[in-house]
Amino acid sequence: MIPEMREAEPLRAAALALLPLLAAAPAAAQGRDQGRDTLTIGLSQATGTFHPNIESMAAKSYILGFARRPLTGHGPDWRPLCLACDVFPTLENGQVVLENTPEGKPGMRVTWRLREDLRWGDGRPVTAEDLRFAWEAGRAFETGFGGAEFYRQAYEFISPDPRTVTLRLDKVSFDAGSAGGFEPLPAHIDRAIWEADRRNYRSRTAYDTDTTNRGLWNGPYRVTAVQPGAGVTLERNEAWAGPAPAFRRVNIRVVENSAALEAQLLAGQVDMIAGELGLSLDQAIALERRARGRFRFEYRAGLVWEHLDLRLDNPILSDLRVRQALMLAIDRPRIVAGLFDGRQPVAATSIHPDDPMIDKSLAPWPFDLARAQALLEEAGWRPGPDGIRRNAEGARLTVDLQTTAGNRSRETVLQAIQGMWRAAGVEGRIANQPPRVLFGETLSQRRFQGAALFAWISSPENVPRSTLHSDEIPTAARNWSGQNYPGYRNPEMDALIEALPQELDAEKRRPMWSRLQAMVHRDLPALPLWHRADAHVWPQWLEGVRPTGNMSPSSLWVTDWRMR
Amino acid sequence: MARMIAWRVPQIAATLAILSLAAFLAIGAMPGDPISLAMMADPRLGPADVERMRALHGLDQPLLLRWWAWATGVLRGEFGYSRLFARPAAEVLWPALRGSLVLLGTALALAAGLGIGAGMLAALRPRWRGAVDAVALLSQALPAFWLGILLIILFAVTLGWLPAGGAPDAGGVAEAARFLVLPVATLAIAHLAAYARHTAAAMAEVLRAPWITAARARGAPESRIAFRHALPNAAVPLLSILALDAGALVSGALITETVFARPGMGKLLTDAVMGNDHNLALLALLLVAGTTLLATLAADLAQRGLDPRLGREG
Repeated sequence: MIPEMREAEPLRAAALALLPLLAAAPAAAQGRDQGRDTLTIGLSQATGTFHPNIESMAAKSYILGFARRPLTGHGPDWRPLCLACDVFPTLENGQVVLENTPEGKPGMRVTWRLREDLRWGDGRPVTAEDLRFAWEAGRAFETGFGGAEFYRQAYEFISPDPRTVTLRLDKVSFDAGSAGGFEPLPAHIDRAIWEADRRNYRSRTAYDTDTTNRGLWNGPYRVTAVQPGAGVTLERNEAWAGPAPAFRRVNIRVVENSAALEAQLLAGQVDMIAGELGLSLDQAIALERRARGRFRFEYRAGLVWEHLDLRLDNPILSDLRVRQALMLAIDRPRIVAGLFDGRQPVAATSIHPDDPMIDKSLAPWPFDLARAQALLEEAGWRPGPDGIRRNAEGARLTVDLQTTAGNRSRETVLQAIQGMWRAAGVEGRIANQPPRVLFGETLSQRRFQGAALFAWISSPENVPRSTLHSDEIPTAARNWSGQNYPGYRNPEMDALIEALPQELDAEKRRPMWSRLQAMVHRDLPALPLWHRADAHVWPQWLEGVRPTGNMSPSSLWVTDWRMR
Repeated sequence: MARMIAWRVPQIAATLAILSLAAFLAIGAMPGDPISLAMMADPRLGPADVERMRALHGLDQPLLLRWWAWATGVLRGEFGYSRLFARPAAEVLWPALRGSLVLLGTALALAAGLGIGAGMLAALRPRWRGAVDAVALLSQALPAFWLGILLIILFAVTLGWLPAGGAPDAGGVAEAARFLVLPVATLAIAHLAAYARHTAAAMAEVLRAPWITAARARGAPESRIAFRHALPNAAVPLLSILALDAGALVSGALITETVFARPGMGKLLTDAVMGNDHNLALLALLLVAGTTLLATLAADLAQRGLDPRLGREG
């Protein structure tokens, strides 16, 4: 999983106070002719590199959605689908075949057939050579591509013809057809650069030194101008053979301060705000109340899961009864209703309600203060004179609470939780930290002692190995790798996590997923809060944008976007 | 003056070297390096991967050695690569520097012009003193983010006369100037108070000097007294403010740049430090520090030029 690190904006909290005035003001700019061959999109994050395989960033993923076609993705219905290939590989269609590796280990071979009409912007067809280059570069560690594990597993590349590619993998996994981050790279441009200096390819790739080169782009648009940190201009890709997009030009304007982004929307400088990286939910809800009718709003709950990681080797939190009491004492529906207009589904576990493997029989923990108090009594925590419970030794029932400082929404949630816990006799001590400190040290090196509120981003049917397997508890000996920050250890969970990826039959995986969810629901290594919703803001004249809520951004379907 | 320059230039070089080391150590000691971030983005990276990545990026070396490698590179004109922007650091710095110079240069010129004018008015026409003080008080009391948003509401959202922020995608000087009006106004209003107050105080003091009385007694016109005699003498303390503001020219205006979504040095510096972009942060810090130190030297030289007594005393 990937942590959600949308950083706090330094002025956001203060500027938000003035936002009601913004929307209340009559919008002179709204009446202007928009020159509708151009669509201007506001985004709250800039991208660094444009190379699809170097560093994972939501902003880059959104921008590249207009200009590149990855091999596969997940559609708005969360089903895996082919984007650069013609048929998604499965056991049933024969494009996934189980076999043994030369060493006799269980493995598989997966075949993708590239779309015939897919071309780079300079007119050259996208071929197996482009995938071969991506595979070779990914296998060479010094290149520094993400998804190292996928390239380690893909030990042989076979290409019988220019459109067909088969990878032999030394592991069996039900999601092998998705290909991880494996996607074609323009070998005719970047291979020579990579071969000349693999170690410095990251800084010499044409994606960053010659970003407007047509030959780098194979999507409906190509990048024609870059203002580092400020914006990107995309224009129709003449070599694109698919349905023509409606707009001749798409301007992506980066406005990192959300108040300034809202101002530019109301002034007519940006036409829409991307939900993937735009306004926060509370800000969008407030804007909708004030400016309803001027824009269309859509809220899509996605794969960002807000939760409180609990430090399980803290003696207080190691007691399951205490963890369950803490869960029961949080009135999540009330928080969601009060702060987010009820637009975020309360979570039962990390598995999203739209995930194909959700166990719907498992209801989210209810708010039940009486039961929480009874559990704490049972665990030996009795109310003290100030209302805070104490154990037989007189120690107070205190839990440290942390989240990303400056994130107004999370800070407010934490204060609400602190108040609710107090009603149960639990003292919450808030000590928030800047995102860089919280993510760079406190969590990753397990320096937190109580509970930490943050979010994970995952993908549909993502096996939570990195967060729940006992091998993934970060330690100095492991160079702090792993994301099992609570320190959760459960042999049954470990076995299930090992077995799940190897079960290729979705119906046989379903009970395994149910068991996994039941264990997490009971053991509460993390207290689930809700699945975060993205707020998409569109002009009334735009239609066809379909938010996915998953890692495949809505921009991948830009050819469906139309003017009313 | 030559002696002063010969003495101060090595001081400036040494200050920059010490500052770069301190900044390098401080940034290096902050939690979260690029590998930690990569680990969070790709949970499949194992312990061996992390070790190899640290070696690949030189992060397994002691901080002092890394600083030495960086400093010797800078002496060769190699400023390194920006991790955040995936481009050479110098290439990233230039547009931000240009943005700040244009924005702050215009704003400070306007603030200095209006502020000095208002200060002179207050000193020469005491009945205006109250009005000038009130304007100065107001300009100092208005937080830049608040004023910026108010200006956006009025001129961009309500009237639609000016852009709410950003920079033009195309167009000439006139279009670029339209985008500058609101941020320049925000900054100029914030800065003019200091110039107005200092000018008023300095002018009032100079106007009480016996030689001004003597000039009046000789029948010199008030305009000549104000501009030829009083202003050059009152300008000596103003030069210190101008020298400090010259540093601001290249350090940017974080708040105004953020509210108006303009690329500039303030935002770049913050992003570089918070994003663990060593090369970019150090280059930007050195530029800001170097400019401030050189501007201070220039101000000292100018002050000595205007008031030769300073040279004799020092």
